[in-house]
Amino acid sequence: MSSLSTSTLASTPVIGKKKRDVAYLLSLGFLMVVVAAALLAPWVAPYAANAVDFTAIWQAPGAAHLLGTDQVGQDLFSRLIHGARESLLGPLALLALATVFGVTIGTVAAWNGGWIDGLLARITDVMFAFPGLLFVVLVIAVFGKGPATAIVALALAYAPVIAKFTRSLALAEMARPYVDAYRVQGVGGFFLCVRYIIPNLTPPLLGYLVVLFGEGLMSLATLSFLGFGAQPPSSEWGLMVQEGQSGIIQGHIWPTLVPGAAIAAVVVAVNVVGVRLSDRLNSRFER
Amino acid sequence: MIRAATRIAGMILTLVVSSFVIFAAMYAAPGDPVTFLIGNPENMTPERVAEVKAQYNLDQPLIVQYGLWASQAFMGNFGTSFQYHQPVAELMATRLPATLALVAMASVLFIVAGVGLGILSALRQGKRTDSTITAATTLAASVPSFVIGLLLVSIFSVQLGWFPVSGAGEGFLDRLHHLALPAVALAVGAVAIVSRVTRQSMVEQLSMDHVEAARSFGLAPAKLIRRHVLRNAWGPILTMVALVVASMLAGTVVVESVFGISGVGKLLVDAINTHDFPVVQAVLLYMVITYMVVTTLVDLVHPLLDPRIKAKDKKS
Repeated sequence: MSSLSTSTLASTPVIGKKKRDVAYLLSLGFLMVVVAAALLAPWVAPYAANAVDFTAIWQAPGAAHLLGTDQVGQDLFSRLIHGARESLLGPLALLALATVFGVTIGTVAAWNGGWIDGLLARITDVMFAFPGLLFVVLVIAVFGKGPATAIVALALAYAPVIAKFTRSLALAEMARPYVDAYRVQGVGGFFLCVRYIIPNLTPPLLGYLVVLFGEGLMSLATLSFLGFGAQPPSSEWGLMVQEGQSGIIQGHIWPTLVPGAAIAAVVVAVNVVGVRLSDRLNSRFER
Repeated sequence: MIRAATRIAGMILTLVVSSFVIFAAMYAAPGDPVTFLIGNPENMTPERVAEVKAQYNLDQPLIVQYGLWASQAFMGNFGTSFQYHQPVAELMATRLPATLALVAMASVLFIVAGVGLGILSALRQGKRTDSTITAATTLAASVPSFVIGLLLVSIFSVQLGWFPVSGAGEGFLDRLHHLALPAVALAVGAVAIVSRVTRQSMVEQLSMDHVEAARSFGLAPAKLIRRHVLRNAWGPILTMVALVVASMLAGTVVVESVFGISGVGKLLVDAINTHDFPVVQAVLLYMVITYMVVTTLVDLVHPLLDPRIKAKDKKS
């Protein structure tokens, strides 16, 4: 789908090991705080997500409103925390969907070869012909806007990518001697795949999926920004940026900056964790 | 020769399949294609139904419909926009210059910045400059382009007043002025990828024996880099640059929306919002074709520019 996006960047360690450890721990801690805030949103947020207050519009960050307010006086900090739920659940749902299909198809293609493998190759070819989010845009043009459509469309676009990755991992795994040993003992293909091969693929797959999570979050936020994903009154972060856009001309940057920085921070943290995770899991995998 | 032929045949096959996907997508929509194509039920007049049926040959079998649509599209006829009541090809023609100018400017920016930073990174390999460049470019690539765009508008257009807030401008200089910020917003993400590839490719070449030998003969560093390192390193860099440009041609949707540039990307978003399916199909088809042609071209030209690849191909 997007061979040019963040996942290609998430490699080649240039930065020293110690610094990477610090970055990893900081990112992990930050993500845990974000997830906790999302889970506890109604209790943590000082205001309701859609509490309008016309006496306090476009406020800069201060004591009453930690991160300021938007054009109708909604508290940005509270909206951010409430919006974290949709912003994080979206990519999670899309990855879950894409992984189920991708891993199944990839494993079957590797195991059976033949026409299923050929079909997978053709499907990925066609998918790669649609650069960036274009396939998703086509699905949205046909099925209409909305978060569910955006998630399913992105899952459709990611599934072949995951399938291709799984296929290459599975092929390497099947070349290992234990697979032949089980086969000689008469263990069936399905059982062997589900019980041994797929679990062994999990470690390298997991790191990849974490990096894809960051990419998915960006894509969903982009779709919401264009008006194709989350719809008002949601405070999904991409949508928050879009709603903040009107204030920019009048010099109000906070309603855009706050959700924009949140997206960037989470994507960076996810990438750092993802790269570290795949490094560590891979080294264990190879040993 | 055979390689080129199979590559082109593969491209054409993929194009046929993906254009079929773009065409047949309307059949996946809930309800029948006529209702889908008309969209708003208020417009369901008999004339409108007849118009839509005629434009898409809906009374023919699907494969014939596709064939007629594709052959028309091949001749540059994408039908009439339901929204603007204008041939889609004309709409696209008026929108294309802005998009192409934007991509061209962004390309210049990301090539200069990306290759420059990549070279610097490789020469300072393992030093602080290297890690700072890697960290900064990766960080910048993690910020969505619409956020970067809006921040640029806020700082340079609203606060400082240096650049216009929106539009694509008229005439050469005005257009440069209008598209400067959008081009930066579009280029930022690509800098990370290109500098990464440049660094990698340079580092590989720097460790080669002939470079070591040239260095030991006391060749001036600048000459060494230009003659012995860059000359061998630019293959992967060029490929990556072309790939990025190809995906940019199809990826201006977001930046055009942020800056209110009436280019092809904005046309696509507007067409989806107004339910103007002929325009959606035409823009998607244009983008897929451009992307496919450019990437295939890169594949074909690359070995011509770098004889080492041809040699490798023969061996395998």
